[in-house]
Amino acid sequence: MPDIALTRAPAHVRHGSNIGQPLTRRDGVLKVTGAAKYAADQHPAGMLHAVLAVSSIARGRVAFLDVAAAKAHPGVVEVITPANRPTLAQDPDEKSDPFMFRLDLLQSDRVRYANQPIAVVIAETLEAATEGAAQLAPRYEVEPARVGLDAAESFVPPAVGVGNPAQVTRGDVEAGLAASTRKTAETYETPAQFHNPMEPHAIVAAWDGDTLSIDTPSQGLAVAQARLAGLFGIPPDNIHIRSPFLGGGFGCKGFISGPQILGAIAARAVGRPVKLVLRREQMFGPVGHRAPTRQTLRLGADQDGNLLALDHHTKTISSTFDDFFEPASDASHTLYGSAAIATSHEAVRGDIGTPLFMRAPGEATGSVALESAIDEMAQACGMDPLAFRLKNYAEVEPISGRPFSSKALRECYRQGAERFGWARRPLAPRQMRDAEGLLVGWGVGTATFPALMFAGNARAVLRRDGSGVMEIGAHDMGQGAWTALAQIAADALGLDIDQLEFRSGTSDLPDAGIAGGSAHTATAGMAIHNAGADVIARLANLATNDQRSPLFGAGNAGVIARDGRLLRRDDESRSERYADILGRAGLAQIEGHGTGAADAAAQADYAMHAHGAVFAEVKVDPDLGQMRATRVVGAFAAGRIINPRMVQSQLQGGMIWGVSFALHEQAVIDPRSGRPMNANLAEYHIPVNADVPSLEAILVEERDPHVNALGIKGVGEIGITGTAGAVANAVWHATGIRVRKFPITIDRLIEPR
Amino acid sequence: MNFSISLTINGARRNVELDDPRTTLLDLLRERLDLTGTKKGCDRGQCGACTVIVDGRRINSCLALALSLDGADVRTIEGVAQAGRLHPVQEAFIAHDGLQCGFCTPGQIMSAIGLIQEGQAGDDPERVREGMSGNLCRCGAYQGITAAVLTAQKALAAASRKEVA
Repeated sequence: MPDIALTRAPAHVRHGSNIGQPLTRRDGVLKVTGAAKYAADQHPAGMLHAVLAVSSIARGRVAFLDVAAAKAHPGVVEVITPANRPTLAQDPDEKSDPFMFRLDLLQSDRVRYANQPIAVVIAETLEAATEGAAQLAPRYEVEPARVGLDAAESFVPPAVGVGNPAQVTRGDVEAGLAASTRKTAETYETPAQFHNPMEPHAIVAAWDGDTLSIDTPSQGLAVAQARLAGLFGIPPDNIHIRSPFLGGGFGCKGFISGPQILGAIAARAVGRPVKLVLRREQMFGPVGHRAPTRQTLRLGADQDGNLLALDHHTKTISSTFDDFFEPASDASHTLYGSAAIATSHEAVRGDIGTPLFMRAPGEATGSVALESAIDEMAQACGMDPLAFRLKNYAEVEPISGRPFSSKALRECYRQGAERFGWARRPLAPRQMRDAEGLLVGWGVGTATFPALMFAGNARAVLRRDGSGVMEIGAHDMGQGAWTALAQIAADALGLDIDQLEFRSGTSDLPDAGIAGGSAHTATAGMAIHNAGADVIARLANLATNDQRSPLFGAGNAGVIARDGRLLRRDDESRSERYADILGRAGLAQIEGHGTGAADAAAQADYAMHAHGAVFAEVKVDPDLGQMRATRVVGAFAAGRIINPRMVQSQLQGGMIWGVSFALHEQAVIDPRSGRPMNANLAEYHIPVNADVPSLEAILVEERDPHVNALGIKGVGEIGITGTAGAVANAVWHATGIRVRKFPITIDRLIEPR
Repeated sequence: MNFSISLTINGARRNVELDDPRTTLLDLLRERLDLTGTKKGCDRGQCGACTVIVDGRRINSCLALALSLDGADVRTIEGVAQAGRLHPVQEAFIAHDGLQCGFCTPGQIMSAIGLIQEGQAGDDPERVREGMSGNLCRCGAYQGITAAVLTAQKALAAASRKEVA
């Protein structure tokens, strides 16, 4: 066996030609011409349309559906209700692992939240199916809805987020508070939010015997395949899912949802392909949301502004029938050094769809409260908010005492502050006005998000014509997987990106792990990196053992793969083309496999997080209270950047979500009926173009030798954290009014106090 | 009963036998004419993903009944690139990364073409942002979108100056 130095070589020795380049999107032309096919764009021959009927009550049972009227409508083919829904191999309420979420698949007439599916109408046309669903005119036996954070008796959940402990303490918070000369204790509220990707959940499903073919957007192809296999009682390999493009995901397409599965049930029931697309208002219920929170933060500091105690308590809500608890307090684990830290959670159950992961789950929610509280303490200490943050800079991860694998946050603060002009900020609020007389305020927030990895696999092939193939069932929700992963693949194979065929986005390819947790580029990227190393090693093995090769005997020295050639590491004048090695060996191609997964030993030794500093300017009309985030600058350090163009876009998108969290977004739930009252895109406000006039994301260089061999941390979610708090703090600085209920709305700034 | 209408879609005249008077222009394009580039994000005129240009004006095609458009000239995203050459707006969207997931992109591009034709915004970024605010982008690609519209506006103005000369 020759010494395969390649696999262990630092990435930068072989990499560099594609990674780091600001390539434009490889799927760009498809997307700007309308040629990119999303799930709902499919239209197989003989296809029928299915439309959901959903519940207009939050709790009770469906007493009557006028199925006869629906069926009598011209074009309606079938109506599926709990009375005639085909049997499934598995109870949709079965839960054998924490990430198997209970689904509403017409298993009974019970209603447990508003907008729960209660029937499916299938028709020859969309218009007929829509009218058929309206004809059902359901009658209900209504029970009083339990709504909001005070819906019921609270309890301490067994775990929050992804199996995190609900309560964590380090040091003695009460003693720390007692010793503090400055103390703050405030409560912050965040609302329910719904993901609302522009593309509603959609499925086009077709059965052929026991084989199921599906077009549907998915952030987790293998998990979806397994879930469907269990429910339908067929092998996972019988299910083929295509998801080349997601029209946004943000977490709500991480697990296949009930409505998508109802589309597959409908197709089986009628024996024809069926398309089912959620209506926008139907996305406010069965596809997850970010749960509301009420967070109490108690902080204590000494005379000099050193934090002595940080206590972060969160109350949140889950559904009556499943468990997901927004881990908001966990945001206090990593950001600020405090002698004592305590985080805790309590929860209630209400008549609402089960909350789920939504872009920066816990981090976004917790960060806006923590960043507000930190600002309030800085104010109590009479300190500049940035100086206060630097004073309490965490040199090691506060909750664990572990060193950081890397942390360029100081540099983020420095570059962000300089670019923004922070040094000119007056300490007191309500000091700045613009030329039009608008109040101007400046705020800062710290951004952080864990550098996670899941498990993924990839398959690499080098072909005799000198080209390469990389296969991985990865997911592009807009983050740029088609481009960034192909860049990693090209470097892994030592090929120009144009010599590479990159296959992705379908369930028959190797499982790339879930696209979530900002972990996809790291996970899929490492699988690709290792698959490339494996195939190159096999190729090198052929060459270095072949006396006819100029690389013969180079095993100990090792070889380098570059531009479709293997070169002797200690003498690059000796090299050979891949094509020649394969040709002489009489091989049409050679194949390798790779896995990407977190390094458990490194994870035990180091705390791994991306960081950032966000500076925001807000202008407020002093009379009308109208607000606008006029300028936001974020500086982020997230390890190695694969494609700076796409990373900037993702960070800016996250920052817009942060602005949205602070100023725009909330689902208003009717306290009497439990129905979302603004289940549409006119009244559920998200920022429009004019709401975010100036955004800038600075990429701060950071090398992390521990997170993974490529040094990737992930950038999908961090932009929200920090930004929401920075905007809230800027509103305070502009007006002198501290609003602790999000989003900050006009009425809170102009009502008499 | 069927209803006959005639539309010019991307320059080609099409006689359409409508089987249902309830059909919107959006559903006609997507479900009956296989022009799926135009997207449905809300079906209520709130998101702009379905923006197309009808008789020179940008409209939300989800709010227009197909039957009411007999004789209309409709331009969709499929008709923007000519002879395999991208339109300057399309080129600029790619160059400025004015898209992420791409689902709102056809609507954004049709809206941008409409805005530039209207001559409302010129080279003022603030007016471009305002004029593009009927098109939601949940990924948050607004910086790139605004930059792309300004770049394309400049390119198109230069091209028309050349034509005049």
